[in-house]
Amino acid sequence: MSGVFDISQIQNIIDVGIPHCADIGVKVEEISEAGVVMSLPYDDRFVGNPVSGVLHGGIITTLIDSASGMCIYVKMQKYIPIATLDLRIDYLKSAVPGRDVFAKATCYRLSKQIAFVRAIAYHDDPEDPIANSVSTFMLKSTASKPLNEASKKMVDKK
Amino acid sequence: MTDNSSEQFLESILKAKASKDWEAVSSLIPYFKYLGMEVHETDNKFTCRLPQEKKFTGNPTLPALHGGVVGAFLESTALVHLLLTQEITQLPKIITFTVDYLRSAKVEECFAEAVITKPGRRVANMRVRAWQKDRNKPIATANANFLVS
Repeated sequence: MSGVFDISQIQNIIDVGIPHCADIGVKVEEISEAGVVMSLPYDDRFVGNPVSGVLHGGIITTLIDSASGMCIYVKMQKYIPIATLDLRIDYLKSAVPGRDVFAKATCYRLSKQIAFVRAIAYHDDPEDPIANSVSTFMLKSTASKPLNEASKKMVDKK
Repeated sequence: MTDNSSEQFLESILKAKASKDWEAVSSLIPYFKYLGMEVHETDNKFTCRLPQEKKFTGNPTLPALHGGVVGAFLESTALVHLLLTQEITQLPKIITFTVDYLRSAKVEECFAEAVITKPGRRVANMRVRAWQKDRNKPIATANANFLVS
């Protein structure tokens, strides 16, 4: 599987295979045994509090959901269809206006059908998080094509 | 964007409520504008609508909406409901948010409505529900706690 799980490969899958992540500007920063780190650039479009300029919680949810799903692929070392079953987020403090947000996700348990994931969102210090999350995902949720094959097809079509 | 003070913001909400200008409510928050969220009212009940947009796709092979967008839409619906039905003194802050994904969401329009389970003095507890074509087939439900004072 070498080459499938390097950062540029995953970034390419995100850019062509996950249109919403591409639209909001999600980037893959790190992948390792310990999990996945993704970033979201600060953008005025995603502000939830027009007075302070603080980002809306929903966009943090999207970043965390994306990193949480991706860390399962990295853990399994393959792309199988997955679906979020449930996701809980505790918003520990407001994101600082103007600053990029990072999410680090770790799949801490993989069973035959379910993956269990922990994630945090932060600016530059994972020890000082903005949000904490736990989520579960269904594995092999559909009979559709794995993400890497699907996005490869989309690139070939271009 | 920050030339908008807290008082002005609350005043704009009150004005929109008084004139039943629901469109103004969603245009006050940039992220609601990004989602293209609409607010509709019938018999004092509020329903939010998320339009069909390719940019919300999370899985193009199914195709399905991104789970994050569904979550964000539910959270936004809860906030709109609080703004429109409660007497607010500040913009409520989300504290905890839990989504259950029940069905894969098609890349089509979505609807959602919220109820306040307990309107506390400091915290409002809410349930939110989203559906697509069939109101009786929810795609996701959520539970939210907002700090309101």
